Amino acid sequence: MPFMNALVDIVGADRVSNDPAELFIYSRDSGAQPPGRADYVVLPKTAEEISRILVLANRDKVPVTPVGAGLTLSGIVVPERGGIVLDMKRMDRILEVDEINRYVVIEAGVSQGALREYLKKHHPRFQHSTPEAPPTATVTANALIHGHGHISPRYGINSDMIAGMEVVLPTGEITHIGACALGGKWFSRGPMPDLAGLFVGWYGTTGIVTKISLKLFPKPKFRQVIVFQTDDIDLLPEAIAEIMYLDMAEDFFLIMQEKPDWMNHCFLVVILSGHFEAELALKKEAYQRLLSNFKGDDRISFVANLHPALEKRFLDVPPLAALAADFRKGGGFQYTGAILPIDQVPAAWRRGIEIAHKHGMVCSYVHQVLLGNSIMFGFNYSFNRGDEADIERARLALAESNRTTLELGGMIWKGEKSAQQMVLAKMEPHTARFIRRVQECLDPNRIMNPGKWEVP
Amino acid sequence: MEHEEILHRCFRCGFCKLPSDYGSLNCPAYLKYRFESFSPGGRMWLIRAWLNGQVRTDPRLQEIFFSCATCGNCVEHCIFDKFRESILEAFIAAKAEMVHQGTVPPPVRDYLTRLLAHGNPYKMPQKKRGQWAKELGVPSYTTDAEYLFYVGDVGSFDGRGMEMARSVARLLLKLGVSFGILGENEGSDGNDARALGEIELFEHLAKRNIETFRQAGVEKIVTLSPHGYNAIKNDYPRWGGNFTVRHYTQLVDEILTPDGFPGQAGSGSVRKATFHDPCYLGRHNKDYDTPRRVLDRLPGIERVEMPRNQGDSLCCGGGGGNFFTDLVCSGPDTSAAARVTEAAETGAQLLVTACPICTVMLEDAVKSKNLEQRLQVRELSDLVLECMGG
Ligand SMILES: Cc1cc2nc3c(=O)[nH]c(=O)nc-3n(C[C@H](O)[C@H](O)[C@H](O)COP(=O)(O)OP(=O)(O)OC[C@H]3O[C@@H](n4cnc5c(N)ncnc54)[C@H](O)[C@@H]3O)c2cc1C
Ligand code: SF4
Ligand code: SF4
Repeated sequence: MPFMNALVDIVGADRVSNDPAELFIYSRDSGAQPPGRADYVVLPKTAEEISRILVLANRDKVPVTPVGAGLTLSGIVVPERGGIVLDMKRMDRILEVDEINRYVVIEAGVSQGALREYLKKHHPRFQHSTPEAPPTATVTANALIHGHGHISPRYGINSDMIAGMEVVLPTGEITHIGACALGGKWFSRGPMPDLAGLFVGWYGTTGIVTKISLKLFPKPKFRQVIVFQTDDIDLLPEAIAEIMYLDMAEDFFLIMQEKPDWMNHCFLVVILSGHFEAELALKKEAYQRLLSNFKGDDRISFVANLHPALEKRFLDVPPLAALAADFRKGGGFQYTGAILPIDQVPAAWRRGIEIAHKHGMVCSYVHQVLLGNSIMFGFNYSFNRGDEADIERARLALAESNRTTLELGGMIWKGEKSAQQMVLAKMEPHTARFIRRVQECLDPNRIMNPGKWEVP
Repeated sequence: MEHEEILHRCFRCGFCKLPSDYGSLNCPAYLKYRFESFSPGGRMWLIRAWLNGQVRTDPRLQEIFFSCATCGNCVEHCIFDKFRESILEAFIAAKAEMVHQGTVPPPVRDYLTRLLAHGNPYKMPQKKRGQWAKELGVPSYTTDAEYLFYVGDVGSFDGRGMEMARSVARLLLKLGVSFGILGENEGSDGNDARALGEIELFEHLAKRNIETFRQAGVEKIVTLSPHGYNAIKNDYPRWGGNFTVRHYTQLVDEILTPDGFPGQAGSGSVRKATFHDPCYLGRHNKDYDTPRRVLDRLPGIERVEMPRNQGDSLCCGGGGGNFFTDLVCSGPDTSAAARVTEAAETGAQLLVTACPICTVMLEDAVKSKNLEQRLQVRELSDLVLECMGG
C-alpha cells in the first residue's frame, strides 16, 4: 500500500496531508533558521495511532518529527530529511487534576493557555509553571525542552515538575514512566530508575511523549512586582545570590533595553506573591531592606513609580512577550537561551551588547533567574522576516552568542542545529558517544527527528 | 496585492486563533481543520509564499483561502496593533486575487455565478423577492414611510430566513414603525460576495442598490441581517450611498418600552437565555450591548453569558460566504457544534441570536448534537413578539 494510503488508513483522510500548503507551513518555524522539507503532516489523536505510525515509519525508514506549537524558534521542529511531521495539538484533552496529590495529567497537545484557563475555572487554588511563550505553546513540549515558567525561580524548571509520562518509543511500544507504570496515580516519577531523562532535552529523537503529568503548585491570592535599578553590572552576581538567598521571590528577571533611554539600565524585577496581604507587604519590605544601601553608595535603587505597562507585563501570566520580542517590527525573533552560572552574568552582559552592536542591532535583554543555581540569559535578536540579509545577520549574531555561552562555561538551551554541533564538539567524547548509543538503542533506524543532537 | 506589506510581520504566535482567556480555539476554519495552514497566522505565511511563488494555486490552497469565515476573531486578538486591523482585509485581498485569476473552489464559483446570473444565490426569480411578506400587510416602500426595511437574500429566499423576515416585519408593525419594503426592486447587498473576494460583483450590486434606494427616496434603512447592515453602513458610502442605517435590533431597542408587555411582567416561569453575537453586528460593528439590552427588557427571561461572548464570541461558521459554500460548515468539528455545546453548558434553554445565517447554522447544530431537548435557538424578534403576546 502506498505510504500516504497507509497513513490515511491509520488516522483517516482528514488528519493527514501531503498538500504543498501544509508541507510549506510545517517545513519551517518562526525563527531565523532555514526551512527543511516535510513530506506528510499528520494530526494524531491517540498513542495507539502514533504507535502504528512509528511502526510504519520504521518499515519504510521514513523520518518522524514531532511538533507542538513550533515556538522554540530554533528550528528543532524543522524536518531536515523529509518524512512525517506529527502535529501533536490534536491531542488536547486535560485528563485528570488531583488537588490532594497536586498533579495534572494532560495529553501532549494541550496548550499553555488551555491548561491555565482550565485550572483557573475548575481548580482556582492551583497553578502550573507557565512560560512567557505565547499561550498556544504546548505544555508538554515546554517541559520536554527544559523550559521554565513564572514560578521556576521558586520551584525549579519545568522539566523538574514532570511527575509521570506516557511515551511511544521509536519502535512503537507504548510505555509509562513513574508511578503510573505500576498502574497507580500519576503523582510521582520516582523512586525508580529515572527513565524520564531519556526523553527530556532530546528534541523528540528518542520517542513521542503522548501524556504527561505535571506537578501543581499553590496559587497565592496576591501578587506584586517590585523593581530595583542599577548601572553597576559587576554587582549583579552577588545581588542575584542575595535575592535568591532570601528565598521569597516567585519570579525574578533582569531586563535592559538600549532604547528608549529610560530603559537603558539594569532592572531587577522581582515578583512577589502571598496568600495574605500582610505576607506580601512583609516580603516587599524584606527585599527593600536587603537592597537599600547594598554594598554602600545606593548602587541599587528602588523604582518607586513603576510604569503601569511594565507592571502589567510582569504580572500577566503569560505576558505578551511576543510583542516585546518583535522590537524591530519585522515579524522575526530568535534568541540564544544561555543557561549560565550566575557569576558569569557581567561578562555575558558586556559581550551581548558588543555582539548586538557588531551586527547593527540595539541590545534588549530579558533574563530569568532559575532557582539559585543558574540564569537563563537571553541574547535576543529581532529581525525583519522580509529581509534575507537581516535574517542572516541574526544568524551570525546567534552563532556568536552560542560561542560566547560555551566560552563562559554555560550551556545552550534549545539551540539550533549549529549550536547543538558546537555543544557536541565541546563535549567530552565519551559523553557524546553515550548520547549516540542511547539514540541507536531506542531508535535503531534513526527515524526520529534526524539531524538533531546528531553525534558525528 | 493590497496589504501585501503586512504579511511578513506575522510572528505565527497564534493569539489570533484564541479568545482573550486563551482557553479555547476561536477561529472556525482552524477549529475544523486543525492544520496550522488554516490558522490566521498560517494564512498570513501562505499568502506571502503564494505571492512569492513558493506555493502555487491548487484546490487545497483554494480551500484554505476560502474557508475563512471572515469572523474577525484574528483582527480582534492579534497582539500587533500596527497591522492587525488589516489582517482580514489581506485575507479578502488574497481571495480577490484568486477570483481575478478565475481559480476558486467549485462551491464558491457556483455561489458567485448564481449571484451574478440571478441576483441571488438561490436561483430564484427577482419577482419572488417580496413573497415572504405576502398576507402580512407589509407596505411597499414609499417616501411616506420613515424606513426602508432591507431584507437581503437569506431573508427573502431561505425558508427559515423568510420566517425571520416575517417576524421582524410583524414586530416593526406592532411597534408602530413606519416602514416599507422594496420587494422585487430590492437587490442583494453583496456583503458575502465581497467577503469572498468578488469585489467587482460587490461594487456592481452595491451601486445598483444605492441607485434604487436613491430613486425611491430612501433616507433611513433598517436591516434584517447584520451582513446587509455591515455592507450598507461601512461600504456603500464609498460610492455615495450615505444612508442612516440600523440593524433591526437597534431600532427595537429605541422603541421598545417595558409597558410593551401587557400582563406578562412577573407572571410565569423564568427561562434562561444566552445571546450569540453575530460577527457582523458584534466584532465588525462593535455593537454588543443593544441586543442584550433588548433581551434584558423581556419579562420571564434571564440572560446568562457564554464564556465566549462579545469580542470573544465564537462565530457560527456561516460568515464569509460559508453559509452558501459549506467549506467550514460540515464535519464533526464545526464551530456551530462547539457553539451550541457551549450554550447548553450555561444551562440556558434559549440560544438567542439576531441574524438569519446564525439562526440556521445554530439550529442545524442543535439537531446534529441532539440538543433539541435542552436548547432552542430563537431569533430575537421572534422572542420579543412572543413576550409581547404574539
Ligand atoms: C516570545 C517568546 C517567549 C518565550 N518565553 C519562554 C519562557 O519564558 N520559557 C520557556 O521555557 N520558553 C519560552 N519560549 C520558548 C518556547 O516558545 C517555549 O518553550 C514553548 O513552550 C515551546 O513549546 P512548543 O509547543 O512551541 O514546542 P515545539 O517548538 O513545538 O517543540 C519543542 C521540541 O520538542 C519536540 N516535541 C514536541 N512535542 C513533543 C512530544 N509530544 N514528544 C516528544 N517531543 C516533542 C519537538 O520536536 C521539538 O524538538 C518563548 C518563546 C517566545 C516566542
Ligand atoms: S496574525 Fe498576529 S496574532 Fe496571529 S500569528 Fe500572526 S502575529 Fe501572531
Ligand atoms: S476571520 Fe475568523 S475564520 Fe478567518 S482567519 Fe480570522 S479568525 Fe479565522
